[in-house]
Amino acid sequence: MSRPSDSAGSGDPTDSVDTVGGPVLSVERLGVTSSRYSLVENVSLQIGAGERVGLIGESGSGKTLTALAILGLLPETLRASGSVRLRGADVDLVGASEHDLADIRGRLVSMVFQEPMTALNPTMRVGRQVAEVMLVHETVAGRQEADAAAVALLADVGLPEPAAVARAYPHQLSGGQRQRVVLAIALANNPALLICDEPTTALDVTVQALVLDLVTRGVTARDAALLFISHDLAVVATVCRRVLVMYGGVVVEAGPVEQILTAPRHRYTEGLVAASTIETTDAQGRLRTIRGSVPGHGRYPVGCVFANRCDAATSACEVEPPWVGESVDVGYACHHPVSSGGGVDA
Amino acid sequence: MRARLFAHPGFVVGAVIVGAVVLMAAVSYVWTPYDPTFVDASSRLLSPSWSHPFGTDKFGRDVFSQILMGSRTTLFVGFVAVGVAAAVGVPLGIVSAMAPRYVDEPLMRGSDLLLAFPALLLAIMFSAVYGASTLTAMVAIGIASIPSFARVIRSGALQVMRQEYVLAARVAGRGPVAVGVRHVLPNVASLVIVQASVSFAIAVLAEAALSYLGLGTPPPTPSWGRMLQESQELLFVAPRLSVFPGAAIALAVLGFNLLGDGLRDVLDPRLEDQR
Amino acid sequence: MTLRLLLRTGALLVSLAVSSAAVFAFMAVLPGDPARVALGVNASDAAVAAMRTQYGLDRPLLTQYVDWATHLVRFDLGTSYVSKAEIGPQVLDRFQVSLWLVVVSMLIAVIVAVPLGTLAAVRHRSALGVVVTAVSQVGVAIPAFLAGIALVTVFAVMLRWLPANGWTPPSADPAMFVKQLILPALSLGAVQGAVLTRYVRSAVLDVLREDYIRTARAKGLTPVRALVRHGLRNAAIPVVTVLGLQLATLLIGAVVIERVFVIPGLGSLLLDAVRTRDLIVVQDVVMLLVLAVLVVNYLVDLLYLAIDPRLRTGEVR
Repeated sequence: MSRPSDSAGSGDPTDSVDTVGGPVLSVERLGVTSSRYSLVENVSLQIGAGERVGLIGESGSGKTLTALAILGLLPETLRASGSVRLRGADVDLVGASEHDLADIRGRLVSMVFQEPMTALNPTMRVGRQVAEVMLVHETVAGRQEADAAAVALLADVGLPEPAAVARAYPHQLSGGQRQRVVLAIALANNPALLICDEPTTALDVTVQALVLDLVTRGVTARDAALLFISHDLAVVATVCRRVLVMYGGVVVEAGPVEQILTAPRHRYTEGLVAASTIETTDAQGRLRTIRGSVPGHGRYPVGCVFANRCDAATSACEVEPPWVGESVDVGYACHHPVSSGGGVDA
Repeated sequence: MRARLFAHPGFVVGAVIVGAVVLMAAVSYVWTPYDPTFVDASSRLLSPSWSHPFGTDKFGRDVFSQILMGSRTTLFVGFVAVGVAAAVGVPLGIVSAMAPRYVDEPLMRGSDLLLAFPALLLAIMFSAVYGASTLTAMVAIGIASIPSFARVIRSGALQVMRQEYVLAARVAGRGPVAVGVRHVLPNVASLVIVQASVSFAIAVLAEAALSYLGLGTPPPTPSWGRMLQESQELLFVAPRLSVFPGAAIALAVLGFNLLGDGLRDVLDPRLEDQR
Repeated sequence: MTLRLLLRTGALLVSLAVSSAAVFAFMAVLPGDPARVALGVNASDAAVAAMRTQYGLDRPLLTQYVDWATHLVRFDLGTSYVSKAEIGPQVLDRFQVSLWLVVVSMLIAVIVAVPLGTLAAVRHRSALGVVVTAVSQVGVAIPAFLAGIALVTVFAVMLRWLPANGWTPPSADPAMFVKQLILPALSLGAVQGAVLTRYVRSAVLDVLREDYIRTARAKGLTPVRALVRHGLRNAAIPVVTVLGLQLATLLIGAVVIERVFVIPGLGSLLLDAVRTRDLIVVQDVVMLLVLAVLVVNYLVDLLYLAIDPRLRTGEVR
């Protein structure tokens, strides 16, 4: 069995960017547009082997579209621009042919979706659905070997009685079990990159931690890159080392998790962090929130997308703020950043 | 809502066709070029001309006048059949949705059983017993359309019953009749309209088939279906005779179908095309 | 699964009992008695009374029903009031004719609708998809008998390729059988095909939006392969329902088509019986058609069990 098992723990010693082959995923100026609006703009990020990066934002911030654009799975009414390079793939994933993309998906990059209840085909046995991804890419010799590998994978994701689960239909499993099946499918071909889109949002709190642990173990054992999408800071903090904060279709801040959580620079991040904790309250003793709500597509202000909800906004914010930082992976885009000490920069 | 309806191409085409049929029927009350039942041996099987735009049939009757008059039969049968179906089906659906399971279940099973008697079969049974007439055809088609009405209205009413304002009304002590009439009925009205339009198309089809079989409207009242039947024996002599009633039937059915589909698209947001 | 099967079978039997009672009651409540109707108004009272005794029409209605129903179960349909002939063998003969027509039409409808409907769904934004959708919309509006007349006009009257009407049993002259079957089967099948195309289109469109299709594509399946491997079976679930209903429609639609093409099927038997007021034949044929509709629906439900594992394995969705 060449497949890595659960031997590796979640506490991995090497968490640095792989210097040998460059980054596993390199996204440059990725944009997504519909016929009317620009939904995602100018997203750039890099993830190395073994690196776990979070992409955080409210619903409608463009984080899921970013993931779908990376996979080339956008709805047919949307268009992607920019560039997505994946280690092992000869082509730019933006604009690649459906044939090339099909060859890459499930083999070099795979995805775990938000809704486990509907992500599996209700009329096909679970084992077959796991085996299929190996048969499609011919990473196993034949049907029998694929079936055996499927059972092993189901055991890997901690499902009891994996052989019985393989013979079951999706409706016979719980949401948490189904999400583990989806994870098994995603990990089957040892992808270089795993994308998880809110993989625990639809699950009970009690199984969330378990699934998160399985995701971490899975990518660590394969030395794979992880792009983890969530609206939940706490979840991202458990899984990831680095994080990108998205709002209004753009990345407003990026950096190591501890830095973002303890010393956010962008006003939006600051609000997000304040809102996610119940330990701090405002002057009236109420939990902190960000005033207003996420505008609809095409309703974001010109310049800084957060300006209309930001207490620090001035006329300067009518101009798009430049990216301040050493690289696309660490920095922020704000005219009035929170000072490192907590006050406002002059 | 109105703007969206008129932006829906299917609805517009359907409304125009249905409007044309209604107009034809209205015009036929005040004017037809000739008496559609007038037999004139001297002008049999004439080709279309200025004096007879659609020509004449084997009895010398003006085909255009018959088509005009036939639209009345079509609309009349449709209205009565849909009326019968709605009058029984709508209350049945609402009651079924609001009633406890032991009432709902037999009602729906019974209505399902009626599905085993398609309109045509029911109409044939009726005419076997009571003789062929427009009335038997209409009632038979109406009865056969009850189950689909009941089903659609029941599922719509079930959704309404789950709405908070209905729950609030019930908690406030409103009786079931008041809730049904004041809250459920207005909210399933759009479903009734859509279903009526769809059933109308089915009724027009069924009337045409029955008249074609000689089990619908008896002569001399003009009917598109019977015109087709009369034209068939002359297919080798004057095939054009089948064109006009045939086109009239197909257009009328198309019109009501398009109207129904358009209404459904606009009135029922659940079925809206996503993105 | 066994429980479901038993329940469904029980429901079928109850439906059959209720509908046979309904058919019988309906024919029994008619004004005037069947003997008078069959013999005509000029018949003597004695003759009518004799016929009533002969056919057992003077017995209580319940006895008559039970008698009819129990004979029906053994496929003993009684004797005609008019021709005095055994109804059973005649019905069987005619039924075979209608069955040919219905089955071939259904095949035509499915062969037309499944690829066209799928195409219209997959290409629903392209001109081709719109054209298929529009053509099927028009097809739905055309009654089968009208399509029949149109086909006769073109292929029999104008082109003279095929006979305008008639029926030859396949055993007598297979070539003629096929020639005469083409137009009626095509007119029934094409119209049903149009209806079915619309259902296939919307079923496939629904399935294409499902998450598991996206999962399949994320696995590396091409869009076509994802649809074929994961979509079609799921799309088949609503389509099968419609197929069942359509088979029922076809059985009845065949009545009209048989008239258009002068085919001696069950429909023409029924219409002749209506004309001669041979009420026992009407009652038998109607019951047989209702039975066929109910059995088809029953079979459709069994087919569900085969397609949808959620129904098979007890658990409720």
